[in-house]
Amino acid sequence: MSHLAATVGLYPLPDWAKDDLSELKGHQKEDLLSGTEGAAVAKTYDRARAEVIERQVDAGLDRIVEGQLRWDDMLGHPFAVHDAVETGGIVRYYDNNNFHRELAVTGELTFDGTLAEELDAVTSRADGTPIQAVLPGPYSLIDLAVDEYYGDDREFLAGTAEFLAAEGGAFPEVETVFVLEPSLAVNPPTGEESTVDVDDVIDALSKVAEAFEAEVVVHTYWDALSEDVYTAALDAAVDGLGFDLVNAEPEVQSIISEHGTPDTVALGVADGQNTRVESLREIDDRVSRFEEVASPETIYLTPNTELFYLPVTSAEAKLDVLGRAASVSEVTV
Amino acid sequence: MSDRDRFRPAEHPNDHFLLTTVVGSYPKPAWLENEYDRVVDADEDVERPAEATDDASDGFTEALDDAARLITREHERAGLDVVVDGEVRRTEMVEYFADRIDGYEFNGPVKVWGHNYFHKPSVTDRVSYDDSWLREEFEFTSFVASGAVKVPITGPYTLANWAFDEHYGDSEELAYDLADLVNEEIHALVEAGARYVQIDEPALATTPDDHAIVGACLDRIAADIPDDVRLGIHVCYGDYSRIYPEILEYPVDEVDVELANTDYNQLDVFTEPEFTKDFALGVVDAHDTTVESVEEIKRNIERGLEVVPPERLTVSPDCGLKLLPREVAYRKMENLVQAAREVEAELDAGEVRATKIATARSD
Repeated sequence: MSHLAATVGLYPLPDWAKDDLSELKGHQKEDLLSGTEGAAVAKTYDRARAEVIERQVDAGLDRIVEGQLRWDDMLGHPFAVHDAVETGGIVRYYDNNNFHRELAVTGELTFDGTLAEELDAVTSRADGTPIQAVLPGPYSLIDLAVDEYYGDDREFLAGTAEFLAAEGGAFPEVETVFVLEPSLAVNPPTGEESTVDVDDVIDALSKVAEAFEAEVVVHTYWDALSEDVYTAALDAAVDGLGFDLVNAEPEVQSIISEHGTPDTVALGVADGQNTRVESLREIDDRVSRFEEVASPETIYLTPNTELFYLPVTSAEAKLDVLGRAASVSEVTV
Repeated sequence: MSDRDRFRPAEHPNDHFLLTTVVGSYPKPAWLENEYDRVVDADEDVERPAEATDDASDGFTEALDDAARLITREHERAGLDVVVDGEVRRTEMVEYFADRIDGYEFNGPVKVWGHNYFHKPSVTDRVSYDDSWLREEFEFTSFVASGAVKVPITGPYTLANWAFDEHYGDSEELAYDLADLVNEEIHALVEAGARYVQIDEPALATTPDDHAIVGACLDRIAADIPDDVRLGIHVCYGDYSRIYPEILEYPVDEVDVELANTDYNQLDVFTEPEFTKDFALGVVDAHDTTVESVEEIKRNIERGLEVVPPERLTVSPDCGLKLLPREVAYRKMENLVQAAREVEAELDAGEVRATKIATARSD
C-alpha cells in the first residue's frame, strides 16, 4: 500500500500577512471578504500563497494545497463570498473558539468561480507536485448556513451540491479533491431536526464527486461517523473516506473492523488543534493500528483537522513530521 | 446574594436603578498601541506585545498608568455606574494571565475570527501562581475612579481550554488547578478592596456540555470569598439553550450574556424556567461599528425586562468593546447610559413600553 503525506488545507496565514491584512481589511464583520478585493489585498494574499506552497514542497508533502488563506469564514467561505448569500452577526464555528459570519442564503446558488481562481494561482507554483483541491462538503455547508430561499432542507442540500459541483467543474486539473465534512460526524443527518436524511447526503456527495475526474476523498473529523452514516458513505460515488484518529481512534477502529474501508483513506494522525508535535513513532503507531484491521491501497497521512487553529511554527512542524512519516513508511513498506 | 443597591451612585436621578457597566475591554489609545509597536519593533527579543510590559521601563509604566487613568475617566464621562480601566494593561484575555502563570509557553498568534488573532499559549507544565495578576490594576483603577469598580478576570475553564494542552492531557484537571489560582487571586483582590468581580468564561459557549466542569470551577473560585463580594459570570457567542438552566446553579450573583448580536433571538431561552439571578444583558453590538440609537437601545433594554424585573437587570454591551474604533465605543456607552436612564424614568412614571415586564419572585 502507498503512504502519501497531505493536509486538509485551511492554513494559518503567515504572521506578516496577519498583520498586513488586518491593517488593509480591518477587524470587523463588514471588513471581511465579500468576493472582491482591492489590488493591495490581492497582492498580499498572492505573496502569502506563494510562501505556503513553498513550505509544503519543502516539507515533502505529496499533495499541495492552495492553503485557503482567503477563507475568512473557514468552511463557510464559498457561501460568504456568494452574491446570493447575506452575511450577518458572528456565530461559533462548531464547538471551537472561532467564529464565522452568519450566512443566510437568500437566492439561487449559481456558479461563482472564486474557488477555481484561487486554484489557478497554485498550478504554476507547485514545482511538479500534484495539486489537491479543498472544498467544504455540501452537508457541512448547509449546516453552517441558514436557508431563506430554497424553503426545504433537502432542496437546500441539493442546490448546494449542484453549486459545489459547478464550482468544481471550473477547477484546473488537480490530482485529488478533499471534501471536508465535519458536520457529518458531529451533527449527523437523522431526518428528525431537518428533513435531510443520510441518503440525501450521500446523493449530494456523489453529485459533487461526479464533477471531478480527480480522486475525491471525503474527510470527517472531531468524531467518528455513526454506523448508518458510515455504511451509507461507503456507497457514495467517492474514492475515499477520511478518519480522525486523534479524537476518535477507538470508534474508528470499531467501525472499520466491522465494515471495512474504501481503497483510499485519509488518516488524521497529527492533531491540528494542539501545538505538541507528534513523534514519527506516534504517527507510525496510529497508522499501524489502523492497518491491523484494514488494508486500503492508498493512505493519506494528514492532520485530523484544518491547520489554521495552530501558530504557524506548529503547523509547519506538523507538515514536516507528516512528510517524514510518509517517506519513512514508504521505505519500510 | 449581594446587595446591588450599594453600586447606585449618590446622585442617581431615578427611583429605579438599572445598573450600567461594561464587560471589560476597550480600545487602547492609539499612542499606547504605537508604544507597544515601538517596543516590539525595537527589540528583536520581544515577539509579543505583552513582553513589552514584562520588564517595562519607567516610561512605559507611566504610559500604561496614563492610559488606565484616561479610559477609567472615559467610562465615568459616559456615565457608567460601575467602571473598569478598559483592560488597557492587558494585551488579551488569555495571554495576559498565561504570561503571569508558571506552566505556559507561547508559540505565535492564532485566528479567532476574521483578522482577529491572539497569542494562544501552550500549557507545557503544571500551572502555578507566579506574578500578581490584577491587584495593582485594581488598586490603581479604584484610586482613579470616583465610583464603583468592577474587576473582570478570565475564568479557569477559558484559561484551560483556550490554550493548547501539551501537559495535562485532561483539560478538566487543568481547569481545576487554574480555578484554585483564580480563587487565590480573588482573595488578593478582596483584600485590596474589590467587591465586584466578573468571571469571564466565553469558552463555555464553545463546549456547552462542560457546564458542570465550569460549575465545579466556580465552586472552587467562590470558596471562602466573603458574601459581600458580588460575583458575576460572562458567557458570550454560543447556544445558550445548551447551558440553561444549569447556569442558575452556579455560585454567582449575576449572569452576563450577549444577545444584541443576533437580535435577541435567544431571549426566550432565559424565560423558562424562571431566571433567578441578576441578568446582565448585552444591549449594544460589540462587533458592529454602527452606533445604536438611544431609542433602539431602550427597546433592547425592555427585552431584558421580559426576563427579570428592573431591580435585577444590569445593562452592558454584548462583550468587550476593544475591537471597535474608540469614538464608536464611547458613543455606544454614552447612548447605553442615556437609554438606561430614560427607561428608569419611564418605569418611575409607569410609562415603560415593554410588551411584558417580569415580576419579582414571591420569595
